[in-house]
Amino acid sequence: MSNLIKIKDNILPLSVTSEAAMGKTGSWRTFKPVIDYSKCINCYLCWLYCPFSVISKSEDGVVIDYEYCKGCGICADVCPVKAIAFIPER
Amino acid sequence: MGILTLTGNYAVAWAVKRARVQVVAAYPITPQTTIVEKISQMVENGEMNAKLIRVESEHSALAATFGAAIGGARAFTATASHGLLYMHEVLWWTAGARVPVVMAVVTRAIGPPWNIWTDHSDIMDQRDTGWIISMAEDNQEAFDLTLQAFRITEDNDVNLPMIVGLDAFILSHTYAPVDVLEQEDVDKWLPPRKQLYVIDPENRYSMGNIAYPKDYMLMRYDIERAMERAKKIIEKVDREYGEYFGRSYGGLIECYKCSDAKYLVALMGAWAGDAKEAVDKLRENGYNVGVMRVRFIRPLAVEKILEYASGKKGVLVMDRSISFGSAGPLFIEVSSILSMNGKPPAMKGVLAGIGGVDVGYRDIMDIISKFVDEVEERGWFVKRQEWFFSHKR
Ligand code: SF4
Ligand code: SF4
Repeated sequence: MSNLIKIKDNILPLSVTSEAAMGKTGSWRTFKPVIDYSKCINCYLCWLYCPFSVISKSEDGVVIDYEYCKGCGICADVCPVKAIAFIPER
Repeated sequence: MGILTLTGNYAVAWAVKRARVQVVAAYPITPQTTIVEKISQMVENGEMNAKLIRVESEHSALAATFGAAIGGARAFTATASHGLLYMHEVLWWTAGARVPVVMAVVTRAIGPPWNIWTDHSDIMDQRDTGWIISMAEDNQEAFDLTLQAFRITEDNDVNLPMIVGLDAFILSHTYAPVDVLEQEDVDKWLPPRKQLYVIDPENRYSMGNIAYPKDYMLMRYDIERAMERAKKIIEKVDREYGEYFGRSYGGLIECYKCSDAKYLVALMGAWAGDAKEAVDKLRENGYNVGVMRVRFIRPLAVEKILEYASGKKGVLVMDRSISFGSAGPLFIEVSSILSMNGKPPAMKGVLAGIGGVDVGYRDIMDIISKFVDEVEERGWFVKRQEWFFSHKR
């Protein structure tokens, strides 16, 4: 009960977001997106579209955090140069 | 600016402009369309600094409005009839999230058969959602209520969304003089938006996650407590508005010639004007009657209804919609309250004006005088339904 969010005496349907609040969602994946950096043109479309914000920009280009990537495949779909392969998890 | 000649819909649009609404998302539906059409014109002309979001459906219209409101924007939408029913799920989300949003509902019948005229089925269908629900009697009140709605919903004690209802065509498309108030006066009266919480990149909350039964029930209890507090706030805002701008309407309920009346007629919306005229005429013929105009169906003025009706010989309730298998919704509400009284008055529920059937003051005179005559002849009775199919005149 103590973790309910109360503001001005109102109990609200809110929760504070935190990393891994739902566990390591990478385990939900049945397909895995794999970036071929030789094809990647750093357009960042995958970074923009990933619904779980698990693609980050780094000096070496875009990087997928596989601990939380759910394997939805959107990044592979939006990549304009088909640099992201979508392969079954074993 | 002073007095402009406006339709009820334009009056609402002007109030939205005066309230400095920042986001409007809507989908067109007759007879609401001209509200948002007018707002979009004002935005396009640069008269109003708001973001207009065009969406693919009413479900999305309220979802976008809700999202903007959660993000901290003063947000507005409008709809009617099937559009409102399509939104129904998001009404629950908005109230459950305790986010202030204002929506105009131009009340219209629901199909089939297809019908665009006034009827209260759409608005009455929202009674359980946790929204504050009001009905205007005329264009001026549609303007005033819309403005007041922002003060009510954003009050620290409320934080619930509100519907401003106005009857299709009778108000929405009929021109009448409306005092639109000066912007600087409205700015002094209506403070900047307040809300319990904002979700943005700095305030990272997640809304609507799963809640276990006990927590869920507590949140439901909280909505009910806010509704109860809203009663006082509605009265207060109406009073303060009156002190500031010279117009107030009686808060939750307007009682017209009630105190000395032996009989009351209870109803909501535009036809209350005809009922007042009917009561004036009937009093000339020796009928001692008054009008109890319910301005808010939620929260319902339980205490005031009991108080106004106490000692009356009969209360007639006129409904513009029916809850099939029971009675008119306003009759169900009012009769349940009056039954709390040890000696309830005689009661009758009249179903009239459904699907836009025209009901004028002479019809209402006939309806009331018939009820009074029946009670005087037969004594106390309760009749849950009597259908009035209108006279041909
Ligand atoms: S598969 Fe889906 S979750 Fe994983 S990186 Fe691509 S877009 Fe993000
Ligand atoms: S969408 Fe494709 S090309 Fe663009 S950054 Fe992502 S992987 Fe590289």
